Amino acid sequence: MTTTTPASATDPSRPMVAKIRLPEGGAAQDLRAVKVVWQREMIRFSQDRIRIVTALVQPILYVFVLGTGLSSLTKGATGDVSLRTFMFPGVLALSVLFTAMFSAVSIVWDREFGFLREMLVAPVRRSAIILGKCLGGATVAAIQGLIVLALAGLVSVPYSPIMLATLAVEMLLLGFTVTAFGLVIAARIKQMQAMMGLMQMILMPLMFLSGVLYPLAGLPRWLNVLVHINPITYAVHPLRLVVFAHIHASATAVARLNPPLTWWGWPVPTLVQLAVVAATGMVFLWVAVLEFDRAD
Amino acid sequence: MTELQRDGQAAVSVRGLQKRYGDLVAVRGVDFEVAPGETFGFLGPNGAGKSTTIGMLCTLVEPTGGMALVAGHDVVRARGDVRRNIGLVFQDTTLDLYLTAEQNMRFHAELYGVPRDLLGDRMHQVLDMVGLWERRSSRVNTFSGGMKRRLEIARGLLHSPRVLFLDEPTVGLDPQTRASIWAYIHELRQQEDITIFLTTHYMDEAEHCDRIAIIDQGAIVVLDSPEALKASVGKDRVQIRTANDPQAIAELRDRFDIEASVHEGAVTFAVAGGEQFIPRLFAELGVPIESVNVSRPSLDDVFLTYTGRTIRDAEASSSDRFRASPFAAAARR
Repeated sequence: MTTTTPASATDPSRPMVAKIRLPEGGAAQDLRAVKVVWQREMIRFSQDRIRIVTALVQPILYVFVLGTGLSSLTKGATGDVSLRTFMFPGVLALSVLFTAMFSAVSIVWDREFGFLREMLVAPVRRSAIILGKCLGGATVAAIQGLIVLALAGLVSVPYSPIMLATLAVEMLLLGFTVTAFGLVIAARIKQMQAMMGLMQMILMPLMFLSGVLYPLAGLPRWLNVLVHINPITYAVHPLRLVVFAHIHASATAVARLNPPLTWWGWPVPTLVQLAVVAATGMVFLWVAVLEFDRAD
Repeated sequence: MTELQRDGQAAVSVRGLQKRYGDLVAVRGVDFEVAPGETFGFLGPNGAGKSTTIGMLCTLVEPTGGMALVAGHDVVRARGDVRRNIGLVFQDTTLDLYLTAEQNMRFHAELYGVPRDLLGDRMHQVLDMVGLWERRSSRVNTFSGGMKRRLEIARGLLHSPRVLFLDEPTVGLDPQTRASIWAYIHELRQQEDITIFLTTHYMDEAEHCDRIAIIDQGAIVVLDSPEALKASVGKDRVQIRTANDPQAIAELRDRFDIEASVHEGAVTFAVAGGEQFIPRLFAELGVPIESVNVSRPSLDDVFLTYTGRTIRDAEASSSDRFRASPFAAAARR
């Protein structure tokens, strides 16, 4: 017993508490840490209603404003599929990309406001904390993606349960990889302002070089190479494949808008593409753990 | 030696602990032991090496020399064991301001692996102790500075640490709130079987400790109980404001054989029986005296006696050496 009768006890019926004995650590303890860090991300996300709404603005602008505006140029070229429908899966990826990056960046806030230290001094592995943060970022990003997906009907994409489920899994994966990548960057950044600038600088090229806004057909060689190097491409293409599998598209439209992603002429299977995204995420996660281990 | 400490002979045991940052030696080989149940204070000006020492004891800063055992565990080789056995309250808040008090507590409990069946009662107990149980469902960003600090103390205690580290627990708080924080610390000493290790640069706060180590420029100058330290000084401190300080200092030396110097804008010296000395001073000093202040020996005087400087002088000169505490900088990373 650590306590004698507390002088200030307001509730005499409250039982005395024995000295807390902490377990020796180990896998179960690390798992609890992963879970609670994830939970905190969920709580913070649910509190941030404004963020959920503002995150809808960008996709709406892309699909309904840019998509509609450019349609007049591309009329005829996209066959029986509208440009807005073509852009929709890309914009899902954009939502995930920005939301996940924003989640990762929040660790810079945590550092500025001191909460990061509360996490880093705990008797758990750093990898547990980083993993919790990554899974939190992935979940938040996927939820945000699902919110954007609610607009599907407006661009003639049906609400097929299988399609929604597949997209959700793919968005979760993309969210995980992007959060891990964001954490690698955030590990060395001490101030939010610097982080915001850096984020813009990194997000824009990732976005433009991933086939979010244009098909991967007939690109000049240099652009084709850059697009194939960008891991985001391997998440965008599967998203588009799923959407195209659930809409009515003529063979010509598919050939123009959703040509296969190839490596030296070999069409890369979807699972391999997703494996590329997952592997990239694991590497970033590993680097992020090393970075946060080094920094204390 | 080590076995003895594991049996609870010392809560903290430090030998030749040292920390350098390049050419800068922040802590130059300190030795001390803190007994279980003791409240031990590290007193010194900003930049004296207090926070760096606490950082090493908390496994946040890697020592460059010497060794330290906390709750019987080596701070370098058994970091996890040390962390399980300590509670930490930092100078800057480490709460999530957007979570409620209870959510912050639960986060901590999960991270530290507090058994779930005991958590509810334990949380009630520690929140009650700091008077925040009724506010547990409020978001922390609605709390005052003093409430946040109390919540951090409660959170630091949640997992029943054997040693609670309080790094400047009252810094940045108004005097009334500071007093209330001390009241809570005294209460927790009554209720919990715990060793408290704290740092402060407020002289008056050091009196709350069982023993004090005065640290200046990275080294321990003296270590004893507040009473013993004050007794060792013996003399009263006299500060006079005069029309001509250099002449006053010269006359004090020539007529009374007293060494005086200017601190905080006043001629300052120590003398036995200060109150009886004042009438003589007025009668015999050839310089007009504008005001007199006699004080019983305080820890300020102890600091002055052992370091030759007042704590405010020391802070003025050390702020150039350590513009920011290296621990603060390191831990923020």
